[in-house]
Amino acid sequence: METLEQIKSRLEAALPSAKIEILANECAAGERSLLVDAASGLAAAKFLRDDAQLKLDYCSNVTGVDWPDKEISEKIKVKQVVDGVEKEVEEVKKTLRPGYLEVVFHLYSMTLKHGPVVLRMRTENRADQTHLPSLTPLWRGAELQEREIYDLYGVIFDGHPDLRRILMWDGFEGYPMRKDYVAPEDYEYEPTPHDEVLEAAKKCYPAEPKVEVKP
Amino acid sequence: MIAAQKPFEVTPKLDESGTPIGELLEISMGPHHPSTHGVFRMDVTLDGETVVKLKPVFGYLHRNHEKIGENISYLATMPYTDRLDYFCSMTNNWAYALTIEKLAGLAVPERAEYIRVIMAELTRLQNHTSLIGFFVQDMGALGTPMMYAFREREKILDLFEEISGARMMCNYMRFGGVRVDTSDAWLAQTKKVVGDYGKFLDEFEVFLNENEILLARTQGVAPLSKEQAINASITGPLLRAAGVNYDLRKVDKYGIYSRFEFKVPLGETGDLYDRYMVRVLEMRESIKILNQALAGIPAGPVMDPKAKLRGFRPKAGEVYGRIESPKGELGFYIISDGGPSPYRYRIRPPSYINLTTLEDMCLGRKVADVIVILGSVDIVLGEVDR
Repeated sequence: METLEQIKSRLEAALPSAKIEILANECAAGERSLLVDAASGLAAAKFLRDDAQLKLDYCSNVTGVDWPDKEISEKIKVKQVVDGVEKEVEEVKKTLRPGYLEVVFHLYSMTLKHGPVVLRMRTENRADQTHLPSLTPLWRGAELQEREIYDLYGVIFDGHPDLRRILMWDGFEGYPMRKDYVAPEDYEYEPTPHDEVLEAAKKCYPAEPKVEVKP
Repeated sequence: MIAAQKPFEVTPKLDESGTPIGELLEISMGPHHPSTHGVFRMDVTLDGETVVKLKPVFGYLHRNHEKIGENISYLATMPYTDRLDYFCSMTNNWAYALTIEKLAGLAVPERAEYIRVIMAELTRLQNHTSLIGFFVQDMGALGTPMMYAFREREKILDLFEEISGARMMCNYMRFGGVRVDTSDAWLAQTKKVVGDYGKFLDEFEVFLNENEILLARTQGVAPLSKEQAINASITGPLLRAAGVNYDLRKVDKYGIYSRFEFKVPLGETGDLYDRYMVRVLEMRESIKILNQALAGIPAGPVMDPKAKLRGFRPKAGEVYGRIESPKGELGFYIISDGGPSPYRYRIRPPSYINLTTLEDMCLGRKVADVIVILGSVDIVLGEVDR
């Protein structure tokens, strides 16, 4: 198979408007990945599927990943004048990397028996701009997996034929696989609540009016 | 924020003047139904006895396995993988161990590689055997064939129990090798079981291969074309029954599969009979692999001495590892941030993704066929719902 750089340059030639980046992977035998912007994601995926040299006809795995806001602190040396003498002082510079949701596709070719090409797309943020193009029209194998990512991460796939919750029930609120998800109080884990469990249970049950029992 | 579930749309058949002919019947098949192989539900719409719409409903066994995996250590996930596809805990263990080995660059000793192949092929034998038992039972052959299948399966589970302490939840492999070494007595017993397995298959095939009822219920039912199967990411025996030559043991050659001689059985039409036959032939090939592995197993250690199980912290990075489990491509995708537990832990469950085309296969068939078609997909709900 071609190297990722070759694929990238051919993709860029075919789609001049696409922003494509190669992400490094430091682990022992891992694959590097192609990061494509959401707007040209579908076109890039179509190119990868239909290209005669690649023929990535098999979308094996679709994964959602949550990356919350992260504070990155860097140490920088700054020159300062202290008591009339110029000195180098270390300063910690803090930058906030805004959070996003990411979807990773592992693409293989069944006809040419090569792969994987790892394709990634990122949403704008984690709150309201969570739309990404659905690749289900290209590979039907992504259908259930994209539904799962919608269900557990809250990524909205535009163009998906049947985007509903799949593993959680309808009417469930929140996205359980997100890193900041807090599980609700499990007040039913003991059949006869007492002590702290009873205190926790009080929050969950509505107060019942006392009923006097006549002798 | 959450979109409400779409109302169940049904379009009844209309005559020329636009009035509906008859009525459509909506049935909820499952979740507690012996034919669904677990807690699985299908919303089926029937026109008479013909299926006009079928929507699978998932999630009854959902426990967010992936979230659990992100909160515990790498080693502690190993016993949880047993519970995914609880028929094939050995292959689940292997897929996870292989992924971590890829992530951390661990080597596996020669003897452990052979033991892994033996375990995986034994798992394939017992999975396919019991699946065919269930499959025939779904067609109405109550009891007898399944009891034959379970008798043989139990012999293999006895082997697993002897070596790992548990029949089904083996928790046997570790990243960098396997947990305990096999004894000579165990290997001798395995040779005996494998040697006798061919006879059992002969007997099984004599009864089933040309059985009139099995032929009538399976031939030409629910065919799956090559293009459809590839596009829907179908893997495993279903894919090969459709005629696509894609077996990860040959494609990726993970472990030491390149050393063994075996063939990949393929079907032609992808109908139920092809799926049945592909599984039978795969068992024959598994026996071949087992014979070669049992003959060639070398002496030596079974764990990489550099592998650190407790307090294991791989370098940051991501990895996708996959093996050919009896049900299809079982993959694990792990992102490590250098911490004691994975940042992202994802399973690619084969039987979940194989259900993508369930509706296509069932449309236009009778309701009794739905059960057989579902049986042929070979699902285990522990893996589907995770």
